[in-house]
Amino acid sequence: MAENKGVLVLCETKEDKLASISTELLGGGRKLAGDLGQELAAVLVGSGVGNLAQEAIAYGADKVYVVDDPLLKDYQTDTYVPVLEKVAGQAMPQVLIMGQTSIGRDLAPRLAFRLNTAASLGCLELAIDPSSKKLLQTKPVYGGNAQAVFITGSFPQIATVRPKAMAPLAPDQSRKGEVVTVDAGLDASAIRAKVLEQVPEEVEGIKLEDAEVVVGGGRGIGSPEGFQQLEELARLLKGAVGATRPPCDNDWVPAGAQIGLTGKIVTPELYIAVALSGSSQHMSGCSSAKTIVAINKDAEANIFREARFGVVGDWKKIVPAFTEKLKELLAK
Amino acid sequence: MNMIVCVKQVIDPEAPPASFKIDPSGNKVVPPAGVSPVVDPYAEYAVEAALKVKDASGGKVTALSLGSNQLRDIVKKPLAMGADELILLEDEAFDGSDSWSTAYALAMAIKKIGEYDIIFCGREASDWNAGQVGSGIAEILGLPSVTLAEKIDISDGKARVQRKTDEGYEVVEVSLPCLITASNEIGEPRYPTIKGIMGAKKKEPVVWKPADIGVEAAQIGASGRHTKLHKLFQPVREGKCEIIEGEGPEEAAANLAVKLREVKAL
Ligand SMILES: Cc1cc2nc3c(=O)[nH]c(=O)nc-3n(C[C@@H](O)[C@H](O)[C@H](O)COP(=O)(O)OP(=O)(O)OC[C@H]3O[C@@H](n4cnc5c(N)ncnc54)[C@H](O)[C@@H]3O)c2cc1C
Ligand SMILES: Cc1cc2nc3c(=O)[nH]c(=O)nc-3n(C[C@H](O)[C@H](O)[C@H](O)COP(=O)(O)OP(=O)(O)OC[C@H]3O[C@@H](n4cnc5c(N)ncnc54)[C@H](O)[C@@H]3O)c2cc1C
Repeated sequence: MAENKGVLVLCETKEDKLASISTELLGGGRKLAGDLGQELAAVLVGSGVGNLAQEAIAYGADKVYVVDDPLLKDYQTDTYVPVLEKVAGQAMPQVLIMGQTSIGRDLAPRLAFRLNTAASLGCLELAIDPSSKKLLQTKPVYGGNAQAVFITGSFPQIATVRPKAMAPLAPDQSRKGEVVTVDAGLDASAIRAKVLEQVPEEVEGIKLEDAEVVVGGGRGIGSPEGFQQLEELARLLKGAVGATRPPCDNDWVPAGAQIGLTGKIVTPELYIAVALSGSSQHMSGCSSAKTIVAINKDAEANIFREARFGVVGDWKKIVPAFTEKLKELLAK
Repeated sequence: MNMIVCVKQVIDPEAPPASFKIDPSGNKVVPPAGVSPVVDPYAEYAVEAALKVKDASGGKVTALSLGSNQLRDIVKKPLAMGADELILLEDEAFDGSDSWSTAYALAMAIKKIGEYDIIFCGREASDWNAGQVGSGIAEILGLPSVTLAEKIDISDGKARVQRKTDEGYEVVEVSLPCLITASNEIGEPRYPTIKGIMGAKKKEPVVWKPADIGVEAAQIGASGRHTKLHKLFQPVREGKCEIIEGEGPEEAAANLAVKLREVKAL
């Protein structure tokens, strides 16, 4: 039997480019491959994605597997799992990494079970153990209250990595690599779960994940009108509004505004947490913000253990006065 | 419509973060004193999803739970919410499972139940946040799966599932039988009614041991694992928050704005 070797990165594409998560994974994967003294390979799956192979090489891949087929245009479990099974069989990697995205979340566990191996989802850090050469997979558990390091006993060791946990390399267009095309070999009749349509959410203004300033509101905001006040503050700071889960569940804000373990991950310069208690599940999605500011009426709220600056009091009094003062300061 | 919902008992994830402690052995969590365990919240969304299908199309809902020391009052909650049966996989041999051995044992129990159109799981359990057991069961049983369901409609022997994505949502049509994992957008789990609670009190769960589902000790619990927990730790927090004061909330707010400018956070 052939020996497992190397690191394989699943590259997702977005608007005919490599998605940012993919360049991050190539950066992180390069380091892992270096520590193993082995190759870094990438796999591009989709329809009309072959021209991105050189970009993957520029970002660090030594070899790129391209699986191009009209049936692979949208992610579907029943097409991507067999394709990745095939590529994994051909590439025989020791490590297979993907993003903690709507694709990775669905694909990684199902593929792991198909390949009779295991996956860790939502990792913050991956490293090669110097003595055993095994992949150390660090991920939050208990909603972020703790972190666990897992080791997989079989190959490939599969992990998904959270956005922004790894850094891309500067692309080097002169890098050379090998491109291998793999035939998808799919049969449309094998698709049991079929994607009928994709509906993107409408975002006005800046996207939450890209915003430099995020104003996050919690259950204590109490109404959609309350969130309009947070919108005003966010607009002033050229930022975006996010929320904990209760405001989303209550339809005060769209579901896409949720930040946290089961929502979006944000890494702004400034996170202003208003009337939210700072549950570990919420903080999982925003604790990498450079500065966290808390506004909460309960001095004992956990958010004050997470924040750098805080004001204790009713947000209804604090937010308007804070917004006014900022307007004045920013006008200067 | 025959439905099976996988549900487990967990340490209450909403217990204050300050009460969270890890055992000195370094691989277990110490249940916080005085905080009762609960049904895993995402599994509750899964129960809600099944009950919504039952409301619309009729059928039977069986809850299935694996673990040791399952408190009857806790694990009976799905019954109180409206499920029809409860099966417990309860044996020390199941201890120390990972996603593999958990999914394997659940899949074998589902095989024994035999009749099902939809199997429901939560998108991820609140304790280990693995997010894998659902997909694992589907793979072992060779069923199609749809994860992160926000809404489910059944017609013509198929399920139309609205699936949450990073960009918004997508609509997936899946043939039955299938496995679906529920996200919180499914809607708040219903409160048990008095009638439901009384009914659940009277109903005894069925308890299955490994031999009842035809599994060998080597395939379950710690022996059936594909992974090893190398370390479990609590990340250290710096935790030095500067509280900005003032004469009244408005002044404190203004002082906060000044402070943020001073430290160039803005
Ligand atoms: C001492 C100890 C050691 C451990 N060591 C490891 C280890 O080495 N490797 C490892 O991966 N994990 C380990 N675990 C965690 C393991 O027990 C997890 O429960 C398992 O990995 C499944 O993950 P999850 O519970 O987060 O399930 P998820 O996949 O997140 O669960 C999703 C859904 O699946 C269903 N489900 C999950 N579990 C059950 C259940 N028991 N009964 C019914 N339905 C269920 C529910 O619907 C749930 O909402 C350890 C735990 C302990 C206490
Ligand atoms: C597996 C799992 C995943 C989860 N994923 C997520 C997730 O991704 N994101 C998420 O956010 N949650 C998530 N949750 C839910 C999470 O556990 C908490 O329930 C939730 O984050 C609490 O939201 P909150 O802080 O807004 O509400 P609460 O905890 O109710 O806090 C409200 C706060 O507002 C303050 N307040 C009230 N009124 C005022 C006022 N007038 N002025 C000032 N302050 C006021 C109160 O003092 C309190 O601190 C998850 C839970 C589980 C089990």
